[in-house]
Amino acid sequence: MILRRLLSGLLLLGWVMTAHAGIYAFEFDDPAKEARFKRLSEELRCLVCQNQTLADSGAGLALDLRKELHQMVLRNASDEEIKTFMVSRYGDFVLYNPPVKSSTYLLWFGPFVLVVIALVILIMAIRRNRERPVKALSPDDLKRAQRLLAGKDKEV
Amino acid sequence: MSENKIRPFIPLIVFIGLCVLLGIGLGLNPREVPSPLINKPAPAFKLPQLHAPDQFLSEADMKGKVVMFNVWASWCAACRQEHGFLMELYKQNIIPIYGLNYKDEAEDAKRWLIQYGGNPYAASAHDLSGRVGIDWGVYGVPETFILDKRGMIRYKHIGPVHYQVWQETLLPIIQQLQAEPL
Repeated sequence: MILRRLLSGLLLLGWVMTAHAGIYAFEFDDPAKEARFKRLSEELRCLVCQNQTLADSGAGLALDLRKELHQMVLRNASDEEIKTFMVSRYGDFVLYNPPVKSSTYLLWFGPFVLVVIALVILIMAIRRNRERPVKALSPDDLKRAQRLLAGKDKEV
Repeated sequence: MSENKIRPFIPLIVFIGLCVLLGIGLGLNPREVPSPLINKPAPAFKLPQLHAPDQFLSEADMKGKVVMFNVWASWCAACRQEHGFLMELYKQNIIPIYGLNYKDEAEDAKRWLIQYGGNPYAASAHDLSGRVGIDWGVYGVPETFILDKRGMIRYKHIGPVHYQVWQETLLPIIQQLQAEPL
Protein backbone atom coordinates (compact mmCIF):
# COMPACT_ATOMS: atom_id res chain seq x y z
CA MET A 1 0.00 0.00 0.00
CA ILE A 2 2.75 2.37 1.03
CA LEU A 3 4.80 1.29 -1.96
CA ARG A 4 1.88 1.92 -4.28
CA ARG A 5 1.38 5.38 -2.82
CA LEU A 6 5.07 6.12 -3.17
CA LEU A 7 5.05 4.96 -6.78
CA SER A 8 2.04 7.02 -7.75
CA GLY A 9 3.63 9.98 -5.97
CA LEU A 10 6.80 9.54 -8.01
CA LEU A 11 4.78 9.22 -11.22
CA LEU A 12 2.91 12.40 -10.40
CA LEU A 13 6.18 14.19 -9.65
CA GLY A 14 7.62 13.03 -12.94
CA TRP A 15 4.53 14.25 -14.76
CA VAL A 16 4.61 17.62 -13.04
CA MET A 17 8.31 18.06 -13.86
CA THR A 18 7.92 17.19 -17.56
CA ALA A 19 4.84 19.38 -17.77
CA HIS A 20 6.83 22.21 -16.23
CA ALA A 21 9.74 21.72 -18.64
CA GLY A 22 7.39 21.63 -21.62
CA ILE A 23 5.70 24.96 -20.98
CA TYR A 24 8.18 27.08 -22.86
CA ALA A 25 7.93 26.84 -26.64
CA PHE A 26 10.58 28.22 -28.95
CA GLU A 27 9.40 29.57 -32.25
CA PHE A 28 11.41 29.77 -35.43
CA ASP A 29 10.86 31.50 -38.76
CA ASP A 30 12.92 28.88 -40.57
CA PRO A 31 13.17 25.08 -40.12
CA ALA A 32 16.94 25.22 -40.72
CA LYS A 33 17.29 27.49 -37.69
CA GLU A 34 15.19 25.13 -35.66
CA ALA A 35 17.44 22.25 -36.67
CA ARG A 36 20.52 24.27 -35.68
CA PHE A 37 18.95 25.15 -32.36
CA LYS A 38 18.19 21.49 -31.73
CA ARG A 39 21.68 20.35 -32.68
CA LEU A 40 23.44 22.99 -30.60
CA SER A 41 21.28 22.45 -27.54
CA GLU A 42 22.26 18.79 -27.71
CA GLU A 43 25.97 19.65 -27.89
CA LEU A 44 25.94 21.90 -24.85
CA ARG A 45 25.98 20.69 -21.27
CA CYS A 46 23.72 21.90 -18.51
CA LEU A 47 26.00 22.77 -15.61
CA VAL A 48 23.30 22.27 -13.01
CA CYS A 49 22.56 18.65 -13.88
CA GLN A 50 25.90 17.80 -15.34
CA ASN A 51 25.02 14.65 -17.21
CA GLN A 52 22.29 16.31 -19.22
CA THR A 53 22.42 18.49 -22.28
CA LEU A 54 20.72 21.86 -22.46
CA ALA A 55 18.00 20.17 -24.51
CA ASP A 56 17.32 17.48 -21.88
CA SER A 57 17.57 19.48 -18.72
CA GLY A 58 14.60 20.91 -16.88
CA ALA A 59 16.80 23.17 -14.72
CA GLY A 60 16.04 26.88 -14.67
CA LEU A 61 19.51 27.77 -15.93
CA ALA A 62 19.15 25.36 -18.85
CA LEU A 63 15.93 27.11 -19.88
CA ASP A 64 17.65 30.51 -19.61
CA LEU A 65 20.54 29.27 -21.73
CA ARG A 66 18.14 27.78 -24.28
CA LYS A 67 16.53 31.23 -24.49
CA GLU A 68 19.96 32.78 -25.11
CA LEU A 69 20.70 30.13 -27.71
CA HIS A 70 17.33 30.74 -29.34
CA GLN A 71 18.04 34.46 -29.65
CA MET A 72 21.50 33.83 -31.08
CA VAL A 73 20.21 31.31 -33.61
CA LEU A 74 17.44 33.72 -34.68
CA ARG A 75 19.98 36.43 -35.43
CA ASN A 76 22.15 33.95 -37.34
CA ALA A 77 25.11 33.84 -34.98
CA SER A 78 27.72 31.33 -36.16
CA ASP A 79 28.39 28.07 -34.27
CA GLU A 80 31.79 29.49 -33.41
CA GLU A 81 30.22 32.62 -31.93
CA ILE A 82 27.70 30.63 -29.89
CA LYS A 83 30.30 28.23 -28.52
CA THR A 84 32.63 31.11 -27.65
CA PHE A 85 29.76 32.76 -25.78
CA MET A 86 29.18 29.63 -23.70
CA VAL A 87 32.85 28.72 -23.16
CA SER A 88 33.87 32.23 -22.11
CA ARG A 89 31.29 32.02 -19.32
CA TYR A 90 31.24 28.39 -18.25
CA GLY A 91 34.52 26.93 -19.57
CA ASP A 92 35.20 24.01 -21.90
CA PHE A 93 33.08 21.85 -19.63
CA VAL A 94 29.89 23.12 -21.37
CA LEU A 95 30.97 21.46 -24.59
CA TYR A 96 30.12 17.79 -24.85
CA ASN A 97 32.78 17.70 -27.55
CA PRO A 98 35.77 19.32 -25.85
CA PRO A 99 38.49 20.97 -27.99
CA VAL A 100 41.84 19.24 -28.46
CA LYS A 101 44.43 21.22 -26.50
CA SER A 102 47.21 20.58 -24.02
CA SER A 103 44.88 20.25 -21.02
CA THR A 104 42.66 17.72 -22.84
CA TYR A 105 45.40 15.60 -24.48
CA LEU A 106 45.00 12.94 -21.80
CA LEU A 107 41.25 12.85 -22.43
CA TRP A 108 41.60 12.57 -26.20
CA PHE A 109 44.68 10.38 -26.53
CA GLY A 110 44.73 8.48 -23.22
CA PRO A 111 42.53 5.61 -24.49
CA PHE A 112 44.72 5.14 -27.58
CA VAL A 113 47.84 5.10 -25.41
CA LEU A 114 46.21 2.40 -23.26
CA VAL A 115 45.37 0.34 -26.37
CA VAL A 116 48.99 0.62 -27.60
CA ILE A 117 50.32 -0.47 -24.19
CA ALA A 118 47.93 -3.43 -24.15
CA LEU A 119 49.03 -4.43 -27.69
CA VAL A 120 52.71 -4.24 -26.74
CA ILE A 121 52.10 -6.44 -23.70
CA LEU A 122 50.12 -8.91 -25.83
CA ILE A 123 52.82 -9.13 -28.51
CA MET A 124 55.53 -9.58 -25.88
CA ALA A 125 53.56 -12.38 -24.24
CA ILE A 126 53.00 -14.15 -27.59
CA ARG A 127 56.70 -13.89 -28.49
CA ARG A 128 57.79 -15.19 -25.16
CA ASN A 129 55.44 -18.15 -25.48
CA ARG A 130 56.77 -18.95 -28.94
CA GLU A 131 60.38 -18.88 -27.82
CA ARG A 132 59.77 -21.29 -25.00
CA PRO A 133 61.44 -24.61 -26.01
CA VAL A 134 59.12 -27.59 -26.32
CA LYS A 135 60.32 -30.34 -24.07
CA ALA A 136 61.08 -33.57 -25.93
CA LEU A 137 59.13 -36.63 -24.81
CA SER A 138 60.94 -39.50 -23.24
CA PRO A 139 60.69 -42.81 -25.19
CA ASP A 140 58.30 -44.20 -22.60
CA ASP A 141 55.98 -41.22 -22.82
CA LEU A 142 56.10 -41.36 -26.60
CA LYS A 143 55.00 -44.98 -26.60
CA ARG A 144 52.18 -44.23 -24.19
CA ALA A 145 51.03 -41.32 -26.33
CA GLN A 146 50.98 -43.53 -29.43
CA ARG A 147 48.99 -46.14 -27.57
CA LEU A 148 46.44 -43.60 -26.45
CA LEU A 149 46.17 -42.12 -29.94
CA ALA A 150 45.59 -45.56 -31.43
CA GLY A 151 42.58 -45.97 -29.18
CA LYS A 152 44.12 -48.60 -26.97
CA ASP A 153 43.48 -46.50 -23.96
CA LYS A 154 43.62 -49.22 -21.40
CA GLU A 155 46.29 -47.99 -19.11
CA VAL A 156 48.53 -50.55 -17.54
CA MET B 1 64.85 -14.29 -10.61
CA SER B 2 63.42 -11.10 -9.19
CA GLU B 3 61.01 -10.75 -12.12
CA ASN B 4 59.29 -13.98 -11.18
CA LYS B 5 58.98 -12.85 -7.58
CA ILE B 6 57.22 -9.64 -8.56
CA ARG B 7 55.02 -11.27 -11.17
CA PRO B 8 52.31 -12.77 -8.95
CA PHE B 9 51.81 -9.35 -7.39
CA ILE B 10 51.22 -7.47 -10.63
CA PRO B 11 47.41 -7.90 -10.52
CA LEU B 12 47.41 -6.73 -6.90
CA ILE B 13 49.53 -3.68 -7.77
CA VAL B 14 47.23 -2.81 -10.68
CA PHE B 15 44.20 -3.25 -8.41
CA ILE B 16 45.64 -0.98 -5.72
CA GLY B 17 46.50 1.59 -8.38
CA LEU B 18 42.91 1.54 -9.63
CA CYS B 19 41.62 1.86 -6.07
CA VAL B 20 43.79 4.94 -5.51
CA LEU B 21 42.58 6.55 -8.76
CA LEU B 22 38.92 5.83 -7.98
CA GLY B 23 39.41 7.05 -4.41
CA ILE B 24 40.78 10.36 -5.67
CA GLY B 25 37.84 10.56 -8.08
CA LEU B 26 35.38 10.13 -5.22
CA GLY B 27 37.06 12.93 -3.29
CA LEU B 28 36.70 15.47 -6.11
CA ASN B 29 33.66 17.70 -6.21
CA PRO B 30 32.23 17.54 -9.74
CA ARG B 31 30.25 20.73 -9.11
CA GLU B 32 33.44 22.72 -8.88
CA VAL B 33 34.00 23.60 -12.50
CA PRO B 34 36.95 25.96 -12.93
CA SER B 35 35.70 29.36 -14.05
CA PRO B 36 37.17 30.80 -17.25
CA LEU B 37 36.59 34.27 -15.75
CA ILE B 38 39.49 34.02 -13.29
CA ASN B 39 42.02 36.81 -13.94
CA LYS B 40 39.61 38.50 -16.33
CA PRO B 41 37.87 41.83 -15.78
CA ALA B 42 34.50 41.59 -14.08
CA PRO B 43 31.74 41.32 -16.72
CA ALA B 44 29.96 44.62 -17.18
CA PHE B 45 26.45 45.02 -15.83
CA LYS B 46 24.07 47.71 -14.69
CA LEU B 47 21.16 46.62 -12.55
CA PRO B 48 18.75 48.31 -10.15
CA GLN B 49 19.67 47.99 -6.51
CA LEU B 50 17.48 45.70 -4.49
CA HIS B 51 16.87 48.23 -1.75
CA ALA B 52 16.83 51.30 -3.99
CA PRO B 53 15.37 50.33 -7.38
CA ASP B 54 15.80 53.88 -8.70
CA GLN B 55 19.57 53.59 -8.23
CA PHE B 56 21.88 51.32 -10.15
CA LEU B 57 24.76 49.06 -9.24
CA SER B 58 27.43 48.31 -11.82
CA GLU B 59 30.79 46.57 -11.88
CA ALA B 60 32.43 50.02 -11.82
CA ASP B 61 31.02 50.62 -8.31
CA MET B 62 33.12 47.74 -7.02
CA LYS B 63 36.43 49.05 -8.34
CA GLY B 64 39.20 50.59 -6.24
CA LYS B 65 38.98 48.11 -3.36
CA VAL B 66 39.07 44.37 -2.81
CA VAL B 67 35.47 43.18 -2.61
CA MET B 68 33.43 40.03 -2.35
CA PHE B 69 30.62 39.63 -4.87
CA ASN B 70 28.15 37.10 -3.56
CA VAL B 71 25.40 35.55 -5.68
CA TRP B 72 22.36 34.76 -3.56
CA ALA B 73 18.62 34.21 -3.67
CA SER B 74 15.79 33.72 -1.21
CA TRP B 75 14.91 30.38 -2.85
CA CYS B 76 18.41 29.04 -2.30
CA ALA B 77 18.69 26.75 0.71
CA ALA B 78 22.49 26.80 0.88
CA CYS B 79 22.39 30.62 1.03
CA ARG B 80 20.72 30.30 4.41
CA GLN B 81 23.74 28.32 5.63
CA GLU B 82 26.22 31.03 4.73
CA HIS B 83 24.11 34.01 5.65
CA GLY B 84 25.06 33.99 9.31
CA PHE B 85 28.72 33.89 8.42
CA LEU B 86 28.37 36.76 5.94
CA MET B 87 26.68 38.76 8.71
CA GLU B 88 29.73 38.08 10.91
CA LEU B 89 32.06 39.35 8.17
CA TYR B 90 29.88 42.40 7.74
CA LYS B 91 29.97 43.19 11.47
CA GLN B 92 33.74 42.78 11.58
CA ASN B 93 34.03 45.10 8.58
CA ILE B 94 36.83 43.11 6.94
CA ILE B 95 35.77 43.44 3.34
CA PRO B 96 32.84 45.06 1.54
CA ILE B 97 30.37 42.46 0.31
CA TYR B 98 28.27 43.20 -2.74
CA GLY B 99 25.38 40.97 -3.69
CA LEU B 100 23.84 39.70 -6.88
CA ASN B 101 20.28 38.81 -6.03
CA TYR B 102 19.76 36.15 -8.66
CA LYS B 103 16.38 35.30 -10.22
CA ASP B 104 14.47 36.43 -7.21
CA GLU B 105 11.43 38.58 -6.51
CA ALA B 106 12.49 41.79 -4.77
CA GLU B 107 9.87 41.42 -2.04
CA ASP B 108 10.90 37.82 -1.29
CA ALA B 109 14.56 38.80 -1.20
CA LYS B 110 14.05 41.72 1.18
CA ARG B 111 11.84 39.67 3.47
CA TRP B 112 14.40 36.83 3.47
CA LEU B 113 17.17 39.21 4.61
CA ILE B 114 15.05 40.40 7.53
CA GLN B 115 14.03 36.87 8.43
CA TYR B 116 17.58 35.50 8.48
CA GLY B 117 19.25 38.20 10.52
CA GLY B 118 20.05 41.24 8.41
CA ASN B 119 21.61 42.60 5.27
CA PRO B 120 25.38 42.01 4.99
CA TYR B 121 25.60 43.65 1.56
CA ALA B 122 26.89 47.12 0.81
CA ALA B 123 24.39 46.85 -2.05
CA SER B 124 22.70 44.06 -3.97
CA ALA B 125 22.06 44.16 -7.70
CA HIS B 126 18.64 42.81 -8.56
CA ASP B 127 19.02 40.34 -11.43
CA LEU B 128 15.42 39.25 -11.89
CA SER B 129 15.91 37.59 -15.28
CA GLY B 130 19.25 35.98 -14.45
CA ARG B 131 20.87 37.50 -17.56
CA VAL B 132 23.73 39.08 -15.61
CA GLY B 133 24.18 35.75 -13.84
CA ILE B 134 24.81 34.15 -17.24
CA ASP B 135 27.51 36.72 -18.03
CA TRP B 136 29.17 35.86 -14.72
CA GLY B 137 28.95 32.13 -15.45
CA VAL B 138 26.69 31.49 -12.47
CA TYR B 139 25.35 27.95 -12.43
CA GLY B 140 24.80 27.16 -8.77
CA VAL B 141 23.85 29.57 -6.05
CA PRO B 142 25.54 30.57 -3.76
CA GLU B 143 28.71 31.59 -5.53
CA THR B 144 31.24 34.09 -4.28
CA PHE B 145 33.70 36.03 -6.42
CA ILE B 146 36.67 37.94 -5.07
CA LEU B 147 37.55 41.03 -7.10
CA ASP B 148 40.83 42.89 -6.79
CA LYS B 149 41.26 46.65 -6.68
CA ARG B 150 41.36 46.92 -10.47
CA GLY B 151 38.06 45.08 -10.77
CA MET B 152 39.54 41.79 -11.93
CA ILE B 153 38.01 38.50 -10.83
CA ARG B 154 40.73 36.72 -8.89
CA TYR B 155 38.88 33.86 -7.23
CA LYS B 156 35.54 32.12 -7.33
CA HIS B 157 34.13 30.00 -4.56
CA ILE B 158 31.20 27.70 -5.33
CA GLY B 159 28.88 26.75 -2.50
CA PRO B 160 28.31 28.37 0.88
CA VAL B 161 31.08 30.37 2.54
CA HIS B 162 31.84 29.02 5.99
CA TYR B 163 34.54 29.44 8.61
CA GLN B 164 36.91 26.79 7.26
CA VAL B 165 36.80 28.04 3.65
CA TRP B 166 37.23 31.57 4.92
CA GLN B 167 40.25 30.79 7.09
CA GLU B 168 42.00 28.44 4.71
CA THR B 169 41.26 29.98 1.32
CA LEU B 170 39.37 33.25 1.11
CA LEU B 171 41.08 35.28 3.84
CA PRO B 172 44.65 34.56 2.62
CA ILE B 173 43.66 35.55 -0.93
CA ILE B 174 41.93 38.72 0.29
CA GLN B 175 44.95 39.71 2.39
CA GLN B 176 47.26 39.14 -0.54
CA LEU B 177 45.05 41.20 -2.85
CA GLN B 178 44.68 44.00 -0.32
CA ALA B 179 48.47 44.26 -0.20
CA GLU B 180 48.67 44.70 -3.98
CA PRO B 181 49.06 48.28 -5.23
CA LEU B 182 46.11 49.79 -7.03
